[in-house]
This record gives sequence, C-alpha cells and structure tokens, in this order.
Amino acid sequence: MKPGSLPAACAALMRRDLTLVWRRRGDALNPILFALIVVALFPLGVGPEPEQLRRMSAGVIFVAILLAGLLALDTLFRSDYEDGSLEQLVLSRHPLSLLLGCRIAVHWLTTALPLIIVAPLLGELLHLADAVRWVMVCALLLSTPLLSLLGAVCVALTVGMHRSGMLLALLVLPLYVPVLIFGAGACNAAQMGLPYAAPLLWLGAALVMALVVAPLACAAALRISLS
Amino acid sequence: MSGTDHHDRPALLEAQALAFARNDEPIFGPLDFALHAGEVVLIEGDNGAGKSTLLRVLSGLLAPSSGEIRLHGEPLTLARLSPQVALLSHQGGLKPELTALENLRFAAGLHGQRAGMSAGTALAGVGLEGYADVPTRQLSAGQKKRVVLARVLLAPVGLWLLDEPYANLDLDGIKLVNRLLERHANGGGAALITSHGAYAYTSGTPRRIPLQAHSASRTADTGAIDGAAAR
Repeated sequence: MKPGSLPAACAALMRRDLTLVWRRRGDALNPILFALIVVALFPLGVGPEPEQLRRMSAGVIFVAILLAGLLALDTLFRSDYEDGSLEQLVLSRHPLSLLLGCRIAVHWLTTALPLIIVAPLLGELLHLADAVRWVMVCALLLSTPLLSLLGAVCVALTVGMHRSGMLLALLVLPLYVPVLIFGAGACNAAQMGLPYAAPLLWLGAALVMALVVAPLACAAALRISLS
Repeated sequence: MSGTDHHDRPALLEAQALAFARNDEPIFGPLDFALHAGEVVLIEGDNGAGKSTLLRVLSGLLAPSSGEIRLHGEPLTLARLSPQVALLSHQGGLKPELTALENLRFAAGLHGQRAGMSAGTALAGVGLEGYADVPTRQLSAGQKKRVVLARVLLAPVGLWLLDEPYANLDLDGIKLVNRLLERHANGGGAALITSHGAYAYTSGTPRRIPLQAHSASRTADTGAIDGAAAR
C-alpha cells in the first residue's frame, strides 16, 4: 500500500485506534462490567422467580447493552476533538465520511462485540430460554452497529460542547427506541414461539441504510462542530 | 526554483478582501495578500487579533465570511487544498498514548510522506533521535512541538501553515524552525507563520502581514489606556 493512498489511510487509522484501545485495555472492560451489573440488579429488584425473569430477560439485556453502548459513545470523537487529531482527519485528502466509517467500525468492534459475546452469559443470569439465545445474538449483531452509527452522528453534533454527556443521552435515546422495539421484539416473538424473521429483517434494512447515510451525516456534523 | 519569476505566474495562495466574522463580530479582515512559492510570510498581531482564525480559514477548516481565497489562481476548495497544505495548530493533533514514531507513522499513512523521507528520518530531522519509542505523553511541551514539526516536515505538501511554531521551543528549537523554514522555501515551498512578536523569523527579512484586534470596543479601551499612559 502506498502511504497516503485511501486504503493506507484507512489501515493507518484502524491500526492507530486498535493500538489506542490496547494501550487503554483496562477501560475496554468497563462496558461489559456495566452491563453485567445492570443485569444483576434486576433479580435483586424484581425478585428471583425464574418465570418472571425469563419473560423480561431479552428486554433487560437489550436495555443494559444499549446503555453500556451509550456510556462508551462519548469516547468516540471526544479525545480526537480535544487533542486536535480530528482537524488532521478533516484536513486529509480522503473522504472524511469513509475515515469516520472506519473509526465507527473499530469502535463497534471494541465496545459492542465484547458485549455481544457475553450476552448469552447475561441470558443465563436471567433464565433466558435456550431457544431465544441465538435469536438474541442475531438481533444484537444487527442492532448494535445501528446503535453505534446513530450514536456517532449525535456525538459528532455535540462534540464541540463542554460536558455534553446528558445532552448526548437525551439526543440518542429517542433514536434508539425503534432499534430496541425491533430487537427485543424479535426475542419476545421467539420466546412465544412466533415467527421472528420480520423484526430482524427490519433491523437489517435499517442497518444498511445507516451504513450509507450515517458516516456522511457524521462528517457534516463534525465539520460544523469544528467551525 | 529561482526567486525572480514570482510574478509571472499566479501566486500559490492569494487572498482578496478576505474577512471572517463570528456571530456578526468581525475577527479579522478585510485582508489582501499573496503568497508565492519560495516565500515565508509572517503574520503578526497581538493576542486575539485573529491570527489562528486566519490560518484555520486558509486551511479550509473555517469558511470565510466574505472575500476569496485562490490557490494557484483558482478558487479554493477543500478537495484541491488538502493535498497541498500542512497545518500546525495549537492542539498539535498528537495522541498522548502513542509514541512519537507511532504518531508520525499514522500521519504518514493518512497524508502520505515526502519522497526520500520516513517517520524515523523526520524525527531525526527535528533532533528527537532518541525519543522514537517514548509515549508523547511523557515528552515536554517543546519536544511535543518538535514531533508536530516533524509531522509537517514529513507531509508531501508545498504550503505550510504554522500557528505559533516558536511557542514552547528553546533557542535550539527556534533555530531549528528557522532552518526548516529556510530549507522549505529554498525547495520551492511556501509558509505562513504566525507570531505575537516575541520571536521572529531570523533568516533574511520576511514579508509581514500585520493583523489588528478588530473589535471597536477593544480598540477604544487600549486607546484610553494609551492616553492615560501619555498623560
């Protein structure tokens, strides 16, 4: 790869981001611990009856993973904005949306994918039915990239503001509602023995659309934040 | 490239009636100047005169409120500009967790690198041979500035926009910046550098663009103080 070409730029960016995650690998565990604690709170709050927990398990796990993702969102562009490397990305000769797409992909790989891997374990904590487990993993595989992409647009809009954490949550959570409805809906349908393909297909369609539109929106929002 | 044929060709960078205002408050301008290949031009002004903003406008990060910027005689677009310009800004753009060499390798991947130069030789070029594997978090402010200078040196571009390149540097560092600027200009490059006047570009007599603080109230205030001092 010739230095400065588009593939080289994307590879350099992804290598940098993975190195940064590795250097801060202690932080990388935090979303998993957070989701684990949130899920563990529910049996304490609503009582340990397996039947009751099983009914709500998929929804609880979805909400826990969604909130863990929300907390991890702030790291997406914040440090890049503060140390000036965002300027360098904007000034590069390559399409900003593609570079941001790479950045979001690494962010998903390092924050959401570990959560998906522990999701079956979280299911065990709440007596999730065996039949639902793999539907849940599929639903998470489709919905977490969607959450990352939607969240990235909101982070890009708020990154120029100080202490924007609460504002970010208020912007992002309403956008997450449809994803939650379809994702948890697929799991609930599977639990009741109903067909669950339709909500998964909706999630897939939304993901394809977000993959195309969100990086462009992110790039436009970041340019505004920088000016 | 000789210095005599400047005016036969369109300037590398040209500003016409360039002005920038934030929320209707003028920051600088209107400003007219031209920068030719082989030139180093110093933008002088007090704190708050709009020097950094001017560089951000010229680098394409900010859109000017009025006026025009021309690159090689044609109107500027970000797509045409970005392969030709390197910006040194206040924040630097270094990742504190990465080593100096890793930061430069990333920059080389993103922007490309000058022919015959690598991240290692660029670091040596700014006098940081022994610091390649030190995380930039552990470097001093002046050493960080040198790493950023190495990034500018490494980028395969003709136009350098350097915001306060002398800040935080020791005497050797200042000489280094002057040497790099001189070599860049002799190689047909051009540079715009800002300074609040504490340090100056020492080789030859560079052209200077004065910038004045724009706000009417601020001018009135300093006038009053000057008046008081005179009495």
